[in-house]
Amino acid sequence: MPLIDLANPTRFLSLSGRLLPWLAAATAVAFAVGSVYVAGAPDDYQQGATAKIMFIHVPNAWLAMFVWAVMSAAALGTLVWRHPLADVAAKAAAPLGAAFTFLALVTGSLWGRPMWGTYWVWDARLTSVLVLFIMYLGLIALWRTVEDPARAGRAAAILTLVGAINLPIIKFSVDWWNTLHQPASVFRAGGPTMSASFLIPLLVMALAFTLLFVTLHLAAMRNEILRRRVRTLQMMQAQAAVGA
Amino acid sequence: MDLGPHAGFIIAAYGAATVVVLALVAWVLLDYAAQRRILRDLEARGITRRSDERKTTQEAAS
Repeated sequence: MPLIDLANPTRFLSLSGRLLPWLAAATAVAFAVGSVYVAGAPDDYQQGATAKIMFIHVPNAWLAMFVWAVMSAAALGTLVWRHPLADVAAKAAAPLGAAFTFLALVTGSLWGRPMWGTYWVWDARLTSVLVLFIMYLGLIALWRTVEDPARAGRAAAILTLVGAINLPIIKFSVDWWNTLHQPASVFRAGGPTMSASFLIPLLVMALAFTLLFVTLHLAAMRNEILRRRVRTLQMMQAQAAVGA
Repeated sequence: MDLGPHAGFIIAAYGAATVVVLALVAWVLLDYAAQRRILRDLEARGITRRSDERKTTQEAAS
């Protein structure tokens, strides 16, 4: 099937319907394997067992930024190519991104209290991620405020692209400013600084959370397409009632 | 598994992740069921999209 056929919502519904059970199964398997690795991971020589929080904190923090990057690509699809599924993809991703960002903040606070002695500090990394969370909430509010999905899609696309400026700020905040947060230890020049006994469980859990996002995103996109069909039919019903 | 003196923080972190992930899965499933139900109700009242009407007409003609 040519890629352009996926622009047709009906074809997308058919293909995603066939794909979803396999993705859900792969997600479940990845989480099961990840849980075994997490349970078997050794304690850190400084942090003890609290290092296990890393296996959920880091994947959620990565996804918080990855989902905004996906929404930015979708925003280009809306504004430049007017792809019929682009704003569907962006709208469906926003609540998922907000949830991952929320989990990154909560698990980070729960990790920070025993290690730093505080749940929160207003440093560059934590504050820029909080700003990301607020931007997700703002986007969700915008989608709910504007009734016409096409108009909401264009406004949200512009806001998404402006908000993408925050992504490099989050990534490099630990290098640019003094912060309690540790610098990058996986995606860095010179390779990961982490030992394999921590890196492998982390990567498996990151894969599991990414598969979870892909699965939920496809399912939420299907729901959004159905919601738009419902809206169209309800408008037809209202017009018929006025005509009668 | 011994989680040490900070077990409460570790359990709270994994608990929060479990609750949020389950809430997301429930939201997607319940939303799907709700949209399908509304669509079925509308179609049962004879309100269908023009593309669906064309499809039905073509099937009847063939």
